[in-house]
Amino acid sequence: MPLDLPPTIFRAVVSTIVPESSSLDNQEWQGLVQVIEALLRDRPESLKRQLRLFLNVIEWLPLIRFGRPFTRLSPDARARVLTHLQNDRIEKIRVGFWGLRTIVLAGYYGRPQAAAAIGYAASPKGWEALR
Amino acid sequence: MTRVSYDIVIVGSGAGGGTVAQELSSLCAQGARIAVLEKGPRLRDEEFTGRELEMAGALYEDGGGFLTSDGAMTLAMGCVYGGSTAVYTGTSMLPPERIIRRWNVPGLAYADLECRACKFMAQNNVHLLKDDLINENNKLFVAGCRKLNYNVEQFPVNIKGCRGSSLCNLGCPNQAKQGTDRVQLPKAERNGVEVVTRCQVLTIGEKTLAARVAAKPAGAKGDPSPWEPGDYQIDAKVIVLCAGAVNTPALMLRSNMQKGIPRLGCGFTCHPAMIMVDEHPQPITNFVGHPNSYYLDQFAESDHFVLETCMYFPFITAKSLAGFGEPHSAFMRAFPRLQMILVLACDKADAINRVTIDAAGKPMVDYRFQPEAIHGLIQGAITSAKISFAAGAKRVHMPVARHTTIEASDAPRLDDIAAAAEFKPGRTPVSAAHLQGGCGMGSNPSDSVTDAQGRVHGLPWLFVADASLFPDSLEINPYITIMTLADRVAERIQAEAPALLGR
Repeated sequence: MPLDLPPTIFRAVVSTIVPESSSLDNQEWQGLVQVIEALLRDRPESLKRQLRLFLNVIEWLPLIRFGRPFTRLSPDARARVLTHLQNDRIEKIRVGFWGLRTIVLAGYYGRPQAAAAIGYAASPKGWEALR
Repeated sequence: MTRVSYDIVIVGSGAGGGTVAQELSSLCAQGARIAVLEKGPRLRDEEFTGRELEMAGALYEDGGGFLTSDGAMTLAMGCVYGGSTAVYTGTSMLPPERIIRRWNVPGLAYADLECRACKFMAQNNVHLLKDDLINENNKLFVAGCRKLNYNVEQFPVNIKGCRGSSLCNLGCPNQAKQGTDRVQLPKAERNGVEVVTRCQVLTIGEKTLAARVAAKPAGAKGDPSPWEPGDYQIDAKVIVLCAGAVNTPALMLRSNMQKGIPRLGCGFTCHPAMIMVDEHPQPITNFVGHPNSYYLDQFAESDHFVLETCMYFPFITAKSLAGFGEPHSAFMRAFPRLQMILVLACDKADAINRVTIDAAGKPMVDYRFQPEAIHGLIQGAITSAKISFAAGAKRVHMPVARHTTIEASDAPRLDDIAAAAEFKPGRTPVSAAHLQGGCGMGSNPSDSVTDAQGRVHGLPWLFVADASLFPDSLEINPYITIMTLADRVAERIQAEAPALLGR
């Protein structure tokens, strides 16, 4: 992908944060990636570097506890790794995970198909559209 | 570098800038040249689509992703013709008398602000929505509050022709909100004020500004700037800064004005907020109707929080739910059954929270959560959950609990479940949209940046007229108060026009 996020790691992280994303087909996945690319387009290169670095940390961190990289863990074990990062006592790590989580949620829920799938149907016509 | 000159230049077009522009526009008839410089674009009516990420990117600073310097809180600020008045919900509140008294600014009297507030509330069609336009998201809040004997109150709102799109925070697609983009700026322009969009002020000096006009990016929303892209030197006899509580102090800091004004950037507050999301057994009307119609402020003094009804869009909702995975997804899948309540903490100006700039001159906000603000968020979350359960919610998302999904059967234990220890910056979703302070009013440079009518100490040609004037948190939605203070600034400039402008 143009952002150069490691695709296998990224997809494993996305499907842990939003389990429904596992069922996205290729076209839908590309839609998610495009939303994220658009969001990050004007962001500093340093932020994109941090994002790539953080994903690689997520991939290799579980070697210590689980003896395997993130992408080879079960869904439950992946969730435990991310929960650990989310609750880490070091605020910078929590913030890093927060940033990654935000980007993933934007990519998934920023797509009109996802909004429709959860039953969100706000319309500029307001009450008129409902009636 | 193109050089132009004006009598008065106003930086920013939100509640402050729009008001100053309107109030001073009568001077145009006497030959005065007045310009408003706005960093954001001016969108055409048909460009307000209500699509979440598309509109956030077009209307907000950093697309809505401006973060505090530690990355733990998102700060929302409009960056468009009309500033944040284009993206608020139109809730129009008089400044609380107890707060104005507490500010204790010499020369700032509550009665004066109240009188001016009434003027703008009439001008902006402020009224209470009729009951048949209130959706169930709001009605459930009212029902829950009444069951608990809380003093719930209705927000006066400044809307005209509302169709109930619920998309206020993405810019009204029906032009119903009466912000400065719909009322004050058009009037000012009719009277001869020029509004220059896509124009970012880089620095200010003695009666001069350096600014850069950006070209319209390919595919972006909005009209091109009326000025050619490029760098400008703009001379002005009077400069009025209305760029908001982050960008006004940052601009002054970038212009090396802190010498002699040690309080510049200090006293930043923002009503840090959590969005409470609660699930009902049945679908409710939530993404239709005005989203922000009721509030509860009886705990502002005792427990430092205010509750307001709210309704957000899929991404913002997802971001506001703590955690991830199946429990998170379960709430998202329940969207048509979700009730939402905004918990606003009443933070206080302190020595730590302030606006600074980085090496490149970009604004930074240093913000640490004070114990009172954390207490406010925790108690607000508990109270919000009690209200939702009282209204019939079957489960509540509690962002400050170890396990964030709380079932109705656990309602009696809410006080034990929510805990300050579970409030962790970077884990707990917190955002803010009521940005205040940084150029506080007062009596002298040791306690403030400006006097009670917005004149910067020691610089007779420079005024501030936005929320950065607040010496401390307002504890309620701020736009009407911003307009009243801006009105005072404009009145003073008008009174001193012969001396200031030579007319």
